[in-house]
Amino acid sequence: MDIDRRQFILLAGKALVLTPAAAVVLARLAAGQAAEAPGYEMARHWWAMAIDIEKCIGCGNCVRACKAENDVPREPAYFRTWVERYHVPVDDPEHPLVDSPDGGFDGFPARRTADGQAKDFFVPKLCNHCAQSPCVQVCPVGATFDSPDGVVLVDKTRCLGCRYCVQACPYGCRFIDPRTRVVDKCTLCYHRITRGETTACCETCPTGARRLGDLKDPRDPIHDWLRTNMVQVLKPQMATHAKVYYANLDGAVR
Amino acid sequence: MVRRFRDTGHLLRLAGLFALGGGLFAIASLFMVPDGFGRYGHYRPGALADNRAPAPRYADTASCAGCHDDIVAARQGSRHVQVRCQACHGPLAAHAADPAADTPARPDAATLCLNCHRQLAARPAAFPQIEPVDHAGGESCLSCHNPHHPEPEGS
Repeated sequence: MDIDRRQFILLAGKALVLTPAAAVVLARLAAGQAAEAPGYEMARHWWAMAIDIEKCIGCGNCVRACKAENDVPREPAYFRTWVERYHVPVDDPEHPLVDSPDGGFDGFPARRTADGQAKDFFVPKLCNHCAQSPCVQVCPVGATFDSPDGVVLVDKTRCLGCRYCVQACPYGCRFIDPRTRVVDKCTLCYHRITRGETTACCETCPTGARRLGDLKDPRDPIHDWLRTNMVQVLKPQMATHAKVYYANLDGAVR
Repeated sequence: MVRRFRDTGHLLRLAGLFALGGGLFAIASLFMVPDGFGRYGHYRPGALADNRAPAPRYADTASCAGCHDDIVAARQGSRHVQVRCQACHGPLAAHAADPAADTPARPDAATLCLNCHRQLAARPAAFPQIEPVDHAGGESCLSCHNPHHPEPEGS
């Protein structure tokens, strides 16, 4: 191969420029392929939760399990899931008395006895994993998002801690983690459900009041459950397309 | 040639500034926008892997039965059979992975039983509930009940 000095310098110069460029392109392609977990196809799932109010006994197992599983700060006011106790006077259903001491972490003290003048019941709450979530819409940096399998997640490396999403959530399901100063919320135990396990709260619920469901799995019992129960979502007027379904929920619950 | 506009110099300078700004923005975004941003939506796809990363602390219930088959047998026929092991015993993934390394503490019956069974107006009426003093007079639950099969003998 005969090549003069001029051609050689041109060729070497091109190689010098193109090789790192190719390396950058290859690195980007490689980095873009690792998002799917082995054995888990995001497109095949659409997660939801089914909660039966008539089965909830207010034991607080879900609250304790959630904090243990997800390293949620122990102090009161930081919850990914919590339990509320409603006391609805029969003659004034629009003004229920609600308490949730420490989110139900230590259970509930006996404050009232059933007297026929009010209804009392527990309502477990968590992120509703809305399909049209207000918190996702307001995030200015794309740090919170709807995953392809229907879970609202947070990218903690991108979150600025600006708190827009905390205010946008109609259900009060978000908080700023005092340790990291970025937002934290229920991930529907994304690290568990993508491994084929149920969430920590469902795992420890002694009465089966809360159950994880996969709406894209035609064999999932949640379809029967949705058909055979009177089901509501919280704040349907917000048009959030919430995916936490409550059976036997009283209209007094907000 | 007829000049259509006079004094175009300052427009060109402005256009040059815009071009420079646009170029700087393009270069900056090349470095600052994370890899794959926008593939599934307006977010970094690596965040999905970040959320998947933590190891579960609650084990799969099936892993309990591998060793504790005597307890599984004792629970048969009881109403507590639907209560999964870690509902009372706490997160035991570390124990399931290496039983010697992590020995769970025995749950305290005085608080644990009453978390579910203390009389509360808000509990479903059909759920078994007791007022501890009236029911047992301060006696431990375990004197009469076996938590794995709590129905009293003969019932």
